[in-house]
Amino acid sequence: MDMNLNIKVWRQKNNKSTGGFETYPVLANEHMSFLEMLDVLNEDLVGLKKEPIAFEHDCREGICGTCSLVINGQPHGPNSGTTTCQLHMRFFKDGDTIVVEPYRAKAFPVLKDLVVDRSSFDRIIQAGGYISVNTGQAPDGNCIPIGKDLAGKSFESAACIGCGACVAACPNGSAMLFTSAKITHLGLLPQGEVEADRRTQSMVAQMDKEGFGMCSNIGACEAQCPKEIKLDNIAYMNRSYFKAVFSGE
Amino acid sequence: MLLRAYLLREYGGLLENRSFGGVQVSRTFYARGQTGQQLLIGAYQSLSRQISLGTVTMYNRHEMLDLVIVEGKARGIIARNLITGELQRYAGHAVVLATGGYGNVFYLSTNAMMCNVTAAWKSVKKGALMANPCFTQIHPTCIPVSGEYQSKLTLMSESLRNDGRVWVPKKKEDAEAIQKGKLKGVDLKEDDRDYFLERRYPAFGNLVPRDVASRAAKTECDKGHGVSPTGLAVYLDFSAAIERYGKIEANKQGLLEQTHDQIVEMGEKVISDKYGNLFEMYEKITGENPYQLPMKIYPAVHYTMGGIWVDYNLETNVPGLFALGECNFSDHGANRLGASALMQGLADGYFVIPYTIGTFLANEISTPKIKIDSPEFIEAENETKALIDRLLSINGNQSVESFHRRLGKIMWEYCGMARNESGLRKGRQQIRELREEYYKDVFVPGSNEEYNTELEKAIRVADLLEHGELMMLDALNRNESCGGHFREESATPEGEAMRKDDEFTYVAAWAWDINNPKLYKEPLTFENVELKTRSYK
Repeated sequence: MDMNLNIKVWRQKNNKSTGGFETYPVLANEHMSFLEMLDVLNEDLVGLKKEPIAFEHDCREGICGTCSLVINGQPHGPNSGTTTCQLHMRFFKDGDTIVVEPYRAKAFPVLKDLVVDRSSFDRIIQAGGYISVNTGQAPDGNCIPIGKDLAGKSFESAACIGCGACVAACPNGSAMLFTSAKITHLGLLPQGEVEADRRTQSMVAQMDKEGFGMCSNIGACEAQCPKEIKLDNIAYMNRSYFKAVFSGE
Repeated sequence: MLLRAYLLREYGGLLENRSFGGVQVSRTFYARGQTGQQLLIGAYQSLSRQISLGTVTMYNRHEMLDLVIVEGKARGIIARNLITGELQRYAGHAVVLATGGYGNVFYLSTNAMMCNVTAAWKSVKKGALMANPCFTQIHPTCIPVSGEYQSKLTLMSESLRNDGRVWVPKKKEDAEAIQKGKLKGVDLKEDDRDYFLERRYPAFGNLVPRDVASRAAKTECDKGHGVSPTGLAVYLDFSAAIERYGKIEANKQGLLEQTHDQIVEMGEKVISDKYGNLFEMYEKITGENPYQLPMKIYPAVHYTMGGIWVDYNLETNVPGLFALGECNFSDHGANRLGASALMQGLADGYFVIPYTIGTFLANEISTPKIKIDSPEFIEAENETKALIDRLLSINGNQSVESFHRRLGKIMWEYCGMARNESGLRKGRQQIRELREEYYKDVFVPGSNEEYNTELEKAIRVADLLEHGELMMLDALNRNESCGGHFREESATPEGEAMRKDDEFTYVAAWAWDINNPKLYKEPLTFENVELKTRSYK
């Protein structure tokens, strides 16, 4: 089924200019993905010799974490457990006006239109989101058995794709869900446990330095996370943080 | 291997295994439907550590647009800063490419949108050889195309073929009724279904290698037995697995009187534990519930076995230029098997190049730091700038995207799952014409000195328009069927691929020239194994 939509979208030339909303009509169809709808709109704009809307995307199957967008006020749009690229137009109605904005957070400056700079996440990982051993020597993965339940728990956190929706959803612009997912993923496994204290303190310090806000247990991050990362991760991180601080490391 | 990537574990704590296409034993480690993602996260974390240690400098949002060769050796690259548009020169004693495959030459593929051939192709234009470019893998289990606007195809993991059975209606009139929406697949009786993979390949059944499964699906659809409105889809059905697992679960729980609904419910739970995320993904995209209706799938381009020619040290024919991962041609021959691209990506980077690049660097020990103000660097930067200026100044009437889509259609039509001489000749000619039109009528908005996604695409499509032609030429030259490359002229009476080992046991490595690409043949010699044709019957 064809749908006539109005797309009210944030246009901003670069990170120095002030932006504003522009509204464009687009003819979509219910089988399109949201990004394909934007592709069609961009084709229309290019056809009129206008600049297309810049937005980020890559794998278009919900695993790379590149696509962002706040759609009608919700990061990754209205559906739970879904990235923007997996959202399809059948969840909208003919005649709808859809508001599309970039992620808004101090630590994610806008580069152009809907594109934001998320390199602050990279720096949080660089602060300690790893195991401090050079890769390349080859002991067998079976040298250290890991129980299925524990491995499963770690896996739930490892599913984080680092897209930043948690930050965009949070009124405080906090990166606690992202950082805690990484800390939990590594900290639960025997290979990562040994340096957990140092890791947690270092990643938390970097998170604060980047200008992310504090957590006030609102839970919007969990509700909007396309990979359904749970708030428990934040509790785990807090426990790990206090343990590290009080043990005097 | 101390990558610390997350992989699934058995109850005893050891790594869990599963089976994949083309093998008859379970020998693949995995992490549900996200093995690649988890390995990527592990590699990214290790890289992040090196960045924090200062051993690696990372340049995000930069794209390599040319290779710089100084006195016959690869000594640097020209890159464009994608935010400011600034062209930058980077120098080093060696250049290592790990720039991925060129599946997006088909426009529609399962590759990510940013995948492109540019870094590899610029190297080819500077003298590196492109080997076996026609070897592309078409993956059988993708969600079918739904319309013109389609931007990419989504892969449903091959693991689904462990439990899913592939079929089409036996009778053409049933298929036509399904295509018109007058009949539903689920309502067809067992006797009216043709499980064509199980029928043709009883030993491997639904787990035949990807190229075999893809061609079989195409054959059925070409005969008119496809099951979507376009006729280009086959069923992947889990009802038998749901029933089988449901019965086992019911017995486990000691239910003596099992109703069919109970069995189905329990079976769906087992399937959901195994493939839940994939089923959800399918439903999100198609709006159909795959627990109740069989999935519809169709083959799509997934991987390119061809790539830059390298030796066992992963060094190209250009001294000092190395190519790793999908961008080289090395590991998979004509047909990659499941999970081995992940293996290659990790092995090339972690276990090969750290030991082989030293052989090259050892001879460079007295070479001083490479300067970026040599004439070679200046010339390469000027060439890149000239290309960008040319693309921006054409100011034609057609978008980059529309050219890319047309290129994809030509490739899929004439250099896709089945190829023949006249088609390949026609395809090559059409690409040449399209390329000419591109430089006359493409429209690239904006300027170089800004974040300009259209310009990025325009540069990539310009390279795909040349690389696509070379693929046609390579496919034309290889007049045999081999792995992912199927020439209609070279088939057995049953329609299976037929190799011609006496004529084509060589790697076809091409030196590019816009008018007359030159072919070099590297003979394949087998010392420890005997060259054979594998049977999946």
